[in-house]
Amino acid sequence: MTRPSDHIDSTPGSNASPVGLGFGGYLRWFWRQLTSMRVAILLLLLLAVAAIPGSILPQRGADPNGVTQYQSQNPDLFKVLDAFPIQAFDVYSSVWFSAIYLLLFVSLIGCVLPRTKHHWQAMRSRPPRTPSRLGRMAGFTETELRNDEATAAEAAQVAEQAVEQARGLLKRQRYRTEVYRQGQSVSVSAERGYLRETGNLVFHGALVGVLITVGLGGGFGYQGQRTLVEGETNVNALIDYDSFTPGRFFDDSSLPPFSVRLDTFDVTYVTPDDGKPAALGQATDFTAHVTVFDTDGTERKETVKVNQPLRINGTNIYLLGNGYAPTITVRNAEGVSVFHESVPFLPQGADLTSLGVLKIPYGLGEEQVGMMGFFYPTQVELESGAYSSNYPDLINPLLTLDVFTGDLGINDGVPQSVYSLNQDKLTKLTGRGTEKKSLELRIGDTVDLPNGLGTVTLDAVPRFVSFDLHQNPAQGWVLFFALLATTGLLTSLFIPRRRVWVKATPVEGGVRIEYAALARGDDPTLEGAVADLVAKHRESLG
Amino acid sequence: MGVTLPLPRVAAEFAVDSTTVLETFEQYSQMSLFSALLVYALAFIFFAVDLANRAGSDAEPVVGDGGVRVRSRAERIGFSLTVLGWLFHLAATVVRGIDAGRVPWANMYEFALTATLAIVAVFIIIQFFYDMRFLGTLVTGLTLVFLGVARVNFFRASMPLPPALDSYWLVIHIMVAVVAVGFLTLSLGLSIAQLMQARRERILGAQGLATTAAASDLGSGWSASESGAAAGGSTATLTRAPADGSGTPPRAPFAFLRSFPNADSLENLSYRMVIIGFVFWTFTLIAGSIWAEHAWGRYWGWDTKEVWTFIIWVLYAGYIHARATRGWRGSRSAWLCIIAYSTVIFNFTIVNLFFKGLHAYSGL
Ligand code: HEM
Repeated sequence: MTRPSDHIDSTPGSNASPVGLGFGGYLRWFWRQLTSMRVAILLLLLLAVAAIPGSILPQRGADPNGVTQYQSQNPDLFKVLDAFPIQAFDVYSSVWFSAIYLLLFVSLIGCVLPRTKHHWQAMRSRPPRTPSRLGRMAGFTETELRNDEATAAEAAQVAEQAVEQARGLLKRQRYRTEVYRQGQSVSVSAERGYLRETGNLVFHGALVGVLITVGLGGGFGYQGQRTLVEGETNVNALIDYDSFTPGRFFDDSSLPPFSVRLDTFDVTYVTPDDGKPAALGQATDFTAHVTVFDTDGTERKETVKVNQPLRINGTNIYLLGNGYAPTITVRNAEGVSVFHESVPFLPQGADLTSLGVLKIPYGLGEEQVGMMGFFYPTQVELESGAYSSNYPDLINPLLTLDVFTGDLGINDGVPQSVYSLNQDKLTKLTGRGTEKKSLELRIGDTVDLPNGLGTVTLDAVPRFVSFDLHQNPAQGWVLFFALLATTGLLTSLFIPRRRVWVKATPVEGGVRIEYAALARGDDPTLEGAVADLVAKHRESLG
Repeated sequence: MGVTLPLPRVAAEFAVDSTTVLETFEQYSQMSLFSALLVYALAFIFFAVDLANRAGSDAEPVVGDGGVRVRSRAERIGFSLTVLGWLFHLAATVVRGIDAGRVPWANMYEFALTATLAIVAVFIIIQFFYDMRFLGTLVTGLTLVFLGVARVNFFRASMPLPPALDSYWLVIHIMVAVVAVGFLTLSLGLSIAQLMQARRERILGAQGLATTAAASDLGSGWSASESGAAAGGSTATLTRAPADGSGTPPRAPFAFLRSFPNADSLENLSYRMVIIGFVFWTFTLIAGSIWAEHAWGRYWGWDTKEVWTFIIWVLYAGYIHARATRGWRGSRSAWLCIIAYSTVIFNFTIVNLFFKGLHAYSGL
């Protein structure tokens, strides 16, 4: 078997329904169905359709926050959609999606293997015998070399010569040739473009390579997130990550023990001097200057930029997010420091108005204390009296804080986001809805907390950067197979596979020469190629 | 951190500061764009007139000596206008890029500008190899709609690149994508024409008019090229007189198609455009993954835009298989081509505008 039985170029008829069977017969029939072109198309179309829901519903892999949000907005529907066989929030690892692509690849392998065998044999066999009638082939051309005095022997010799010349020409065009004789005719049968089929097989084979390496890479790699404030260091160890997602086969002890310190983080903004009013305040460059302490004890300066990850021993460090992390000190009524931290504030928009939360469970009176506040890098007052920021750099920085006391709810063991404050059991002491104004601090300011709880100081406003650290040992191989597939694709689509024949027959008063060709698949330049051969051949015959 | 310069002052200074040079750049770009739209509109009209002129009695030949169709005046004017419009379009795009100080494809308006530029460029260049001027109405029409809608709804003053887009992969990734779209657009036109032509051939066939479709019963695995001598060149047409010789000239829908290539040739052409477009799309996919690895740390993450790029790729792979499958070649595969192209448009419009994902463009 060379191609699937319902391939346009294969002989019809071999694809009948299961006949005279038994179990084995059914199995063979089923296999033939699965490896038919029709099923390949249906599976491809099915794959395309099955990919759609994952672009409409949020997916855990690409948009975990979106999933959480969906869950809180449609709790009932969420349960149904998230249930086992539906797996609507993990479409691309769901059973049904996997079933489709696995079937497709089984079909592909079942299709490619027999073709590879067949092609292997074809490559080592000679071009087939010249058809006896060439008249209906593409580019059929007929000429006669006339010489009324020639004897039959002379004509036969001329015929031999003409075919030998044609063979030379074809060989130079990288055809594989074979001379055949039939009756009085001598002919050369030539074939080229075996690479077309090779390319097709390489293409399909490389797709299998892509699938396998994608799977392996995911299994043996890991990804972790870590937020660093300027001056902080990350050690490449599990406990040091904010979040860590290992692949199924990942071995924790294989983490290379290097560490990275964020020295400074530079941002370039479009300033008023740049002459781009519409883009004012837009960031044009982020550069994290880091120091890497390598496993061998050496240290060196590096930079990480968006689009320019830092690659250390197979671990890649990406710059994904950034913002401000105001350094805040809280002292109790006696002036003893109970909290001193740079707290990453979550940016709320392009102007980097940022929202942050402080949790101080102990040290400030009887109750737990929480604070929630906004940081405005360039604070302006709107007409309503509310504050806003209208530029992301630190031109006029202001921190506002609302103070809460009560129960932070962090002792129940339920994991909580560091960016949110559960206000269920808290009493608000300052800000909207209370009698006191929100606390306002500029850099260096110290203000009193309400109810004589103590003071709070804004010491400085460094920046923070959130880094992603990834290891994917197979991604180079994925790229390799993807490029191999592309090479195969180019070869299989654009190298013409064709047969060409030149036949010389001694006739009354001369020799008749016929030229014709046949292509496999779409071959727009076949006619031209024959015409070209005819012209060259005539020239060589003088 | 001693500076406390409230920003209102910064903004106010800015208004005085704005240099006039930059504004005129954008003005030139806009002038050029509107000229392009006007000229494309005229080209569209001439191409439409040409199509209308092609309609006539099926009995009279439309092929000149040697089987080559004589190009109508309307078509020649339409094509010249298309080239002229393209030059304005090119100028508008280049000046936009100079104004922005970067490649002019970083938001919706600019994508539309560049993608349509590529579509028309491919349409013009392909004429050196195959005569597809009959697709002029489609190409100029689509271009007018895309450019017009993009200009009205998505125009933004040019902005510098945000760091996320600031990569040479932006240049490569988008460039191969728009070239792919150029070729796929032609295949769309050809497949539509193929469907109509097939219907027409069926009806004419029923009326006793044989079609000139090339026979291809040359043995297992092999077929003569459709442009073979028997088929009379790739512009083979329906020109034979009615078999019964009766006085009533045969009639079939889409009369303008009688000077188009036959359905088989249209399918071949469409397939050729698809495979070129498909190769470029494959590069788009790979370049996109490499860029995603650089920017986001993973080469593939099923982000909405990635999903749709994948869907398009798979659908065209389906088309390529369909054309090689008995029972699928012909009108079925043509429909597949049309569906695949509609996902290309969907990906560019609906997905960009309404689907949430990482591919957020600077202010669209
Ligand atoms: C992951 C699934 C698949 C993809 C993405 C895919 C893609 C492609 C592409 C792009 C081509 C055209 C380029 C070339 O000729 O090499 C092609 C051709 C081909 N494929 Fe596949 N394929 C897939 C699965 C299959 C399967 C399962 C079969 C077997 C039933 C198959 C059989 C063929 C054949 C016979 C051709 C040659 C078509 C021709 O003669 O024009 N493919 N495939």
